[in-house]
Amino acid sequence: MALTAAPDSEPVWRAKHPRTRLLTGAHAAAEAMRQMDPDVVPVYPITPQTPIVEAFAQFVADGRVHTELMHMESEHSAMSAAVGAALAGARTMTATASQGLAYMIEVVYIAAGLRAPVVLALGNRALSGPINIHGDHSDAMLARDSGAVVAFAENAQEAYDLMLMAPRLAEHSDVLLPVMVGQDGFTITHSAEPVETLADEAVAAFVGPYHVATPLLETAHPVTEGAFAMPDSYFELRCQVQAANERTLEVWERVAEEYAALSGRLLAPVDPYRLEDAGAVVITMGSAAGTIKDVVDRLRDRGEKVGLLKLRAFRPFPLPQILGLLRPGQHVAVLERALSPGAYPPLFADVASFLVRDHDVRSFVFGLGGRDLGFEEVEIAFEDLKQPAPSPAPIRYLGLGKEGPV
Amino acid sequence: MSGPAVPVEPMRIREMARREESEPRFLGGHALCAGCGIPIVVRTILNSIPTPVVVVNATGCLEVATTRYPTTAWNVPWLHVAFENAAASMSGIEAASRALVRRGAIASEQEITFVVFAGDGGTYDIGLQSLSGALERGHRLMYVCYDNEAYMNTGIQRSGATPLAARTSTTPLGVSSLGNMHRRKDLTAIVAAHRVPYVAQASVSDFQDLSRKARRAALTPGPAFLNVLSSCPLGWGTEPRDTVRVARMAVETGYWPLFEVINQHYRINYEPDPRLPVTRWLSSQGRFRHLEHDHGDIIEQIQAEVDEQWRRLQERSAADAHYFAAEIGAVPPPRDATSPGPRMR
Repeated sequence: MALTAAPDSEPVWRAKHPRTRLLTGAHAAAEAMRQMDPDVVPVYPITPQTPIVEAFAQFVADGRVHTELMHMESEHSAMSAAVGAALAGARTMTATASQGLAYMIEVVYIAAGLRAPVVLALGNRALSGPINIHGDHSDAMLARDSGAVVAFAENAQEAYDLMLMAPRLAEHSDVLLPVMVGQDGFTITHSAEPVETLADEAVAAFVGPYHVATPLLETAHPVTEGAFAMPDSYFELRCQVQAANERTLEVWERVAEEYAALSGRLLAPVDPYRLEDAGAVVITMGSAAGTIKDVVDRLRDRGEKVGLLKLRAFRPFPLPQILGLLRPGQHVAVLERALSPGAYPPLFADVASFLVRDHDVRSFVFGLGGRDLGFEEVEIAFEDLKQPAPSPAPIRYLGLGKEGPV
Repeated sequence: MSGPAVPVEPMRIREMARREESEPRFLGGHALCAGCGIPIVVRTILNSIPTPVVVVNATGCLEVATTRYPTTAWNVPWLHVAFENAAASMSGIEAASRALVRRGAIASEQEITFVVFAGDGGTYDIGLQSLSGALERGHRLMYVCYDNEAYMNTGIQRSGATPLAARTSTTPLGVSSLGNMHRRKDLTAIVAAHRVPYVAQASVSDFQDLSRKARRAALTPGPAFLNVLSSCPLGWGTEPRDTVRVARMAVETGYWPLFEVINQHYRINYEPDPRLPVTRWLSSQGRFRHLEHDHGDIIEQIQAEVDEQWRRLQERSAADAHYFAAEIGAVPPPRDATSPGPRMR
């Protein structure tokens, strides 16, 4: 693809196609935020999220958005301000990564409980310690049980697309939950790819105006938000979060179809790749899906019936979608970049919980702290699926070398 | 944010009562203890503010006792998010209002006063960072710390506001303990160091002074901070009927000076004459009762610190007197002779 330099000072290149640009995942998320023009963006810098807020700050400085950009003194305060702003009646977005999400996670739970539809761009990064700034999914797993919607992008294009879908999910009256759009640190946040962007007007029309039923700024109609719930009400209120998160799957399907009509790209909760007649299937999330697709192609060229099922939705867990695409008797390898020390890793645990009866499901962990996943490692996983299923399924580690875990 | 100080009158008690009747903002039926200073502080402040208000409340006595779902004591928009982040949450609301005005989504003439209520635990300790950030960013909000000098909601644990030698549930008395062995943090000075336009100390004992400060805070085009001493019969070991008397003793001994800092200029609002010995404040409360037995050195230390605090405050106040020269009533009138004076049992 022939690329030419952008005429203005934007940190982007414009491709021949007027709407295809060379963007990093971070800049794609920032560009989506510019087009959505949120009312309030409280944020605190952290690698690898920083280029998102830097690029967005430039949009603010250039007067290209109406946004109140708030320079917070921590991620905890960033999410706290986001909850206040969203419930006050303002469309609110923020961004963070790793330790930042760990620091704000208390308030992510509260945002879900108070039904504050905050959109959060997450540059997925390993958690300390030891400190590490590179990509894995440990940080997002902190939000697993918060009530927030947790999504993963495969590349910069998906990061852009999911960011545009995010407020439509978050603010839907059946949902009203925070939505996190994850993109793998550096692999996506800092890698430039051609990204097809929509026209500003199309985005504005798609996203629509922000609406909350009882904004705090409407002083004529006072509401009490965040009341003290005793055992006689807390259970019900948390179950409402559970129900709202479950309902998000349906809303996601509808919003994805609407977005596909606009963009030509369907971002369903799950993304099957060459699954039709596959006997061996890898399930994964995030940027590794690109590598795994290449391996699937190679193995298919050799006549092996293999496929990939990529999840964009982690919470809500796309159970019906997965069941609709898999067949009993298939051998399934779950490849994920997070641990739950002392137990099976989180994605495997979710998948195995309902596939274990009719499928052979195996657990593989890769890429912690940003370690690359090579073709060879993916092939090891597919090769493993040809062997008899060990019981109970051991946790296998890809990329640790011969020694394996110490 | 600068310029000479403008006089602000306290709201007359009759007007305050009328406001409470016509537009009650904080209702009865809540579960705060008998004799608790907090509802007096909240009602005085909310009834003194002429504009509509939005309230954010940190976790604590006030939040727990006034919003047990599905009931509420609040007839104004009210939000509770967590313990340590009330200032940040209010920052978001205030920023939202500016963003929506800029977008034309809400009318710009809609003046709202953004009021935060938080206890000393949520302010001196776990909420200090969030408060500091909000002050630095210059939000137009009024932050009220109701300071009862410990974590009272959870059973009287020591906080950064707990005074030296006070007995709390985490600083109990024992053969090797005389209660809290740390000096309290000077939070008002920390806030003043942010160079925000309005900082004040007030007390539940002086509601006219508190009312005037609330009105001035509401008029302040930037962050305003009120540190209000609020008696806690349960935690202080006092009788509910003595709530005002005990707090007044803090003022009359100079332990809790009433002063304000306007655009970084200090002014003492009430000079006790004569300033009573600090023992009058200490002996009024059960949490200091152990000091009656041969702990003169600690009492001397507390008295010396109060004296030093007064000396510094008087120095600063004298140096800044010119700033307030134009203001009517720059010299505060003596306390009304007919009002119940500092009378202890």
